Amino acid sequence: MIMNSLFYQKKLSRNVGDKFFTSLSVFCALIAILPLIFVVTYILIKGGAQITPELFTLEPNPPGDDLDAGGINPALIGTLVITTIASIISIPVGVGGGIYLAEYSNGGPFSKFIRFGVNVLAGVPSIIAGVFIYALIVSTKILFGSMYSGLAGGMALSILMLPTVIKTTDEGLKLVPNELRYASLGIGASMYTTILKITLPTAFRSIATGVVLGIARAAGETAPLIFTALFSYYYIVGFEDLFYEMGSLAVLIYNFALEPYDAQNKLAWAASFILVISILTVNIFSRILAAFTEKTKRV
Amino acid sequence: MEEKLTLFKNRKRFGIEKNIDLIFKNTTLTLSSLVGIVLFGIILVVFFQSFESFSRYGLKFLVTSEWNPVKDEYGAFTAIYGTLVTSLLSLLITIPLGVGTAIFITEDFVPKFVREIVGSFVELLAAIPSVVLGLWAIFVMEPFFREFFVFLHKFFGWIPLFSSEPAGRNSLLAIIILVVMLLPIVTSIARDSLNQVPKKLRNASYGIGASRWKTIFSVILPAALSGIMAGVLLALGRAMGETMAVTMIIGNSNAFSWSLLSPGYTISSMLANQFGEADGSQVSSLFYAAFVLMILSLVVNIFAQWLVKKFSLKY
Repeated sequence: MIMNSLFYQKKLSRNVGDKFFTSLSVFCALIAILPLIFVVTYILIKGGAQITPELFTLEPNPPGDDLDAGGINPALIGTLVITTIASIISIPVGVGGGIYLAEYSNGGPFSKFIRFGVNVLAGVPSIIAGVFIYALIVSTKILFGSMYSGLAGGMALSILMLPTVIKTTDEGLKLVPNELRYASLGIGASMYTTILKITLPTAFRSIATGVVLGIARAAGETAPLIFTALFSYYYIVGFEDLFYEMGSLAVLIYNFALEPYDAQNKLAWAASFILVISILTVNIFSRILAAFTEKTKRV
Repeated sequence: MEEKLTLFKNRKRFGIEKNIDLIFKNTTLTLSSLVGIVLFGIILVVFFQSFESFSRYGLKFLVTSEWNPVKDEYGAFTAIYGTLVTSLLSLLITIPLGVGTAIFITEDFVPKFVREIVGSFVELLAAIPSVVLGLWAIFVMEPFFREFFVFLHKFFGWIPLFSSEPAGRNSLLAIIILVVMLLPIVTSIARDSLNQVPKKLRNASYGIGASRWKTIFSVILPAALSGIMAGVLLALGRAMGETMAVTMIIGNSNAFSWSLLSPGYTISSMLANQFGEADGSQVSSLFYAAFVLMILSLVVNIFAQWLVKKFSLKY
């Protein structure tokens, strides 16, 4: 025993315990990666089988015992339109607000409050954003008398995107070294020129990555849309359609998953396929880009 | 000397440039204050819309579970209970699972690239939209667990939580899908806080002869505790507000039951289900429920932020 005391002893309680907890931790990690694998596999199999050219061009047929469900063209275009509206609202506001926080504020109570507010707003349940827009815009018919509309849906989504955009801008700008600012101000540029010509372009890549991830996240949001944009079976043909009910992939999945008909369920799987593939592509791509940036960082 | 003086004179900026600078600053100031305005706007609007229902039912709304648009009787107890039970129970399952995974990612049991793959898998899970998880839950997860629920009822039916015949869609399925959604949040925040623990602490612990897991339990986890707690609270806030996947799988029944195997309700699923078709005093009652949900998640979120601020600078 004394001879062996310096060697690793398997049966010692501390070693047995270590082994046990290590396998427990490995077990946790295995369980943690299972959901993604299962979800993605099923979506690839069940959704991938439904992908046809007609899917992208046809309107969905109203649920019934119709064997042919049609396509998801209106929902696909609707998601693009609604997400674009949300981006048009939240990117300028968010980037502007982020610029103030990172470049002008000096850590006083106002900026502390805004940063706190950004975090709180990020934690507001997404359905509350829908309820808010419903009360403010849908039920008051403030937008030229239209009730449920793509525009209202876009506004609800923009509330969810806003905290993400502000946070990424704020953090992206804070990473820009102060020397760049001093140099620019030193040769006589104004704050405004410095920010627009020096700091913002330097931080562009990290801000863009964050914003694109935010857009991808918003594209999959459903809760804010179900009673703001509602849903529509018809093609989006013109500008005035913004003021009417508008379909989206997310709401299509929600509505058609709960239908008792197989044809509609299949359409929901197809929509999930398109949604998940685009969101995962954006995520993986930005991840690779971030890793690449990390390696080639000069400053 | 004279040259210097003329340079000095030219140092003055043009009025227009000064103005542009000022306008730019004030624009960004306005844009950033919009966050505060939107936040207060949400709170005020939801509060005022719920005022009618609030003045009629008062706090009774929180403890009765009658929801009858015909008789104009509203009480959200079932939904509030459902919200709290599903989020707390799912958190209870997620915490060990998420922290265990975070330990796996931060320790060196396996080569780094394997850990990185596990880490990004878990993070990518967070990118899957909740409505897609709901679809998956309906068509894949529910059939998978059906037998298990029957077994659970058969052998553990004496526990009130499993006392009813398993329904096709029920609270327990909602809890499981919530675990899937919370796992990325808890794991990534726990991983970040574990990574922030200084290496010195670990080395000191190894140096006095502690084993790896003695070190993890007695040194590393306590040091990272505040960060993990904050992550857990953020996850709790997310769980309470989570709508789509839960709505699709929980069964949406306002009948109160202790059993997790019977259909349930949460505030957010009630909103998702009824808001579109509601009118009259039902709308106000739904706003009241939304207000309760908002207060719950605000309290949790603010507490989480306070926790982060209070303890984050310890090392």
